[in-house]
Amino acid sequence: MPQLTEAPFISIRKVSRRFGDVVAVDNLSLDIERGELFCLLGASGCGKTTLLRMLAGFERVDKGVIEIDGIDMSHVPPAARPVNIMFQNYALFPHMTVANNIAYGLRRAALPRAEIEDRVTELLRLVRLGEMGGRKPHQLSGGQRQRVALARALARRPKLLLLDEPLAALDKKLREDTQFELVDIQERLETTFIVVTHDQEEAMTLACRIGVMDHGKLVQVDTPHILYDRPANSFIADFLGTVSFLEGRIVRAENGLLHVEGAVPVTAIDPGGFTVGDDVKMAIRPEKISLTRVASGGVNDVAVTVEDMAFTGVASNYRVAAPGGCLLKLTQPNRRSDEAPLQWEEQGFASFDPADVVLLRD
Amino acid sequence: MSASTGLRQFLNRHGRRLVVGLPLVWLLVFFAMPLVEVAQTSFTEPRRGIPPFLPLWGFGEDGFFTHFNLENYGLLVEYSRDYLIPAGNSVRLAFFSTLICLVFAYPMAWWIARATPGHRAVLLVLVMLPFWTSSLLRIYALIGLLNPNGFINAMLIQLGVIEAPLRMMQTDFSIYMGMLLTYLPLMILPLYAVMIRLDDDLIDAAADLGASRLAIFRTIVLPLTLPGIIAGSLLVFIPAVGEFVIPALLGGPDQVMIGKVLWTEFFRNRDWPVASAIAMLLLAMLALPIIYARYQDGRETALDRAGTTHGDTP
Amino acid sequence: MNRGVSWPALWLGIIGFGILYVPVTVMVIYSFNAGRLVSVWSGFSTKWYGELLQNEQVLDALGKSLWVAVSAASLSTIFGVLIAIAFVRYGNFRFRLLLSALASTPLVMPEVVTGLSLLLLFIAMEGTLGWPAGRGIDTIIIAHTTFGMCFAAIVVQSRLRDFDMSIEEAAADLGATQPYIFLSITLPVIAPAVVAAWLLAFTLSFDDLVIASFVSGPGSSTLPIVVFSKVRLGVTPEINALATIMILLVAASVIAASTIIYRNSMRRQNRT
Repeated sequence: MPQLTEAPFISIRKVSRRFGDVVAVDNLSLDIERGELFCLLGASGCGKTTLLRMLAGFERVDKGVIEIDGIDMSHVPPAARPVNIMFQNYALFPHMTVANNIAYGLRRAALPRAEIEDRVTELLRLVRLGEMGGRKPHQLSGGQRQRVALARALARRPKLLLLDEPLAALDKKLREDTQFELVDIQERLETTFIVVTHDQEEAMTLACRIGVMDHGKLVQVDTPHILYDRPANSFIADFLGTVSFLEGRIVRAENGLLHVEGAVPVTAIDPGGFTVGDDVKMAIRPEKISLTRVASGGVNDVAVTVEDMAFTGVASNYRVAAPGGCLLKLTQPNRRSDEAPLQWEEQGFASFDPADVVLLRD
Repeated sequence: MSASTGLRQFLNRHGRRLVVGLPLVWLLVFFAMPLVEVAQTSFTEPRRGIPPFLPLWGFGEDGFFTHFNLENYGLLVEYSRDYLIPAGNSVRLAFFSTLICLVFAYPMAWWIARATPGHRAVLLVLVMLPFWTSSLLRIYALIGLLNPNGFINAMLIQLGVIEAPLRMMQTDFSIYMGMLLTYLPLMILPLYAVMIRLDDDLIDAAADLGASRLAIFRTIVLPLTLPGIIAGSLLVFIPAVGEFVIPALLGGPDQVMIGKVLWTEFFRNRDWPVASAIAMLLLAMLALPIIYARYQDGRETALDRAGTTHGDTP
Repeated sequence: MNRGVSWPALWLGIIGFGILYVPVTVMVIYSFNAGRLVSVWSGFSTKWYGELLQNEQVLDALGKSLWVAVSAASLSTIFGVLIAIAFVRYGNFRFRLLLSALASTPLVMPEVVTGLSLLLLFIAMEGTLGWPAGRGIDTIIIAHTTFGMCFAAIVVQSRLRDFDMSIEEAAADLGATQPYIFLSITLPVIAPAVVAAWLLAFTLSFDDLVIASFVSGPGSSTLPIVVFSKVRLGVTPEINALATIMILLVAASVIAASTIIYRNSMRRQNRT
């Protein structure tokens, strides 16, 4: 993890951009540290790609300022910025070989020929495409093209690398492998990466910090851990991973615990900031709920009926119906145990710890 | 019932052959054969009567006879001022017309390709309209502009810019204007077709990697639009060489083109064999460009089929 | 932005469009000029249109041109569709190279050569087969069909390439066979391209001067032939009026065809 220095490496201050009536980026502020692997996460249309293009210099900034390494980028064209971008569809030059694609940026910088050749070889090795220099893009597989795009974007040793959905076009197995490779490369080069993605699993795997965007605004910026365990609102809770929602009203507060009355009575640890009488929404992660045949005797113990069940190899995902029409989603690791696992339409008990209940206002 | 099933069976078995055969036979008869006729006629002599030339060969009272001779071609060379010079002229005028068309068509096609879909549709119609209008009428309209007593001169004189009318008709200028008018849409369309397929991201990527606008044009846009440039240039150059209407209406004695010479030999001098020889000359001049155009055509469709994926689009 | 057009390019573009439209616009305006000269505007008048409509020679030629164009366009479209099907659907069939060469060369041949060659063929055919007897409407139609089908083929081909084969496969799966599949599924779907091809062939035929001049006979003068003979004598308001009518006719059908195609392609895009 990078250290906090005096001034952030990238400073985005109150930046806005609108297209006609649509506000793509809405008064957004964000600081990014040097050497970070930062993820911008959001559904399509949330503005993350626009923000990325503003950093690269392809979208103008209507309001606000973007500073990179202390320099105001307002009048700096893309070619002059210490930024390079890896495009979602790779944008490889179809009429040039892999080597020439990678060398393109170096030629523009008028580096001596020997140095260009050395760098290209080095980059080809970095992305493990050593022998492919003479091929043309249409002769490569999707995964190989992705690596060429990455190598090309790294050639000029940018201070900041922007990646637009870098793994979206790859199939699942390749994606998993490439995720780790990307993190590896980033740590080795110590370049600051900003990855834009709509895949929350990808974001959580790659990032030091994630910024979740919705409708042009940043909803929450935190490490994956905090985003997952302490989402700021139900949008975030629902967006990352699976979650069960319960609703109710706080009826009692004592001993650091809050008692919530709803279709399902819940006891939660008091996080502060709530008073008796408040209507709250509660989020519980699926791995925090245990499913047993008999009551566990814990504080939060709900009688449920198994509605649906899916076996995914490493675990079993359950959807269970609680009284009042509430649906709880829970995940049970498939470990050896004395109890036989519950099946469809069987009844059991779902229990969870008060510490695992996240209270949300909205 | 049996008649239609009989037909259906016939079509099923011979359908393919018909689909290919019908147009093939038609084109062989009405496109290829005529060219053979031209070749034949170019080797005979003119005569009074109908048709106004002697048959190339036949069977008469004394058996097989032929009127084969190379006189017509001899005439072409002997009177080179009337034939070969205009042929060279035609190539010159067609070549520069192609260049001028390219200079105008390239930015126009780029403009259209980069416009929003709504604008683009309108601009395309604006380009197509002249293309579909009779070139004869467009050239006629140009005459009205360029004549000594035409619109432009009248305007300039009225505005006091000039005193005597400018000589614009029957000059190289009027020919080039006519060519532009006629062939500009033909040059725009293949350019547009290539430019519309050009991925915007490629330009952004090049800029991101440090390329100036000139470098982007030189290293990315130009190479990738080259097929369109070639296609458009061939589409303009080849027919332009044989143009008739433009030199007939807009050209003077200095702008004689081979197409007009052919016409004159045919209609005015009634010398069909010489006209045929001129046609053969034209074909000989254009054989290489035509073959090259066909070759380019074949290459492009092959490239299309090989892979249009320049990056995986999710 | 980088994607936009630079200033000198913009000017070239504007001048280009200007060159395409200014002459015709001036001509259209002056077709309503009461006076004869292009240099003097003598007031608005439609009298030249009136005179035109009474000119029998012009009206006769117009009728002939329309008849030839409709016939040639229809034939061209049929043959063009056949050619397109062969190229897009039949893979590497026997004679593919030959048909390809024959179907694409007319597009670039100089018109004087095609005109002359066809005339010579007709004369030779008349000599040996007795048909065609003299040149006239029929020979013009044949000539126009020959190059028209090549243009029609191109228009239909591009639509056919984008064609989603799975709907034909669905039809076959439900029990249909060729040519029923073609008539009930393929043809309706490519109909706009077929209409566009017809219109293109129509226009090419209607506007053709050179080829028609070679293969027409006495009494079968088409409109362009009549116009050309008049034009050689100079610029007159009557021809301005005639030209304006012809251009407006073409403009109307081009705009109509473009709208059909545009709407159709928008609908297709929205569906996928």
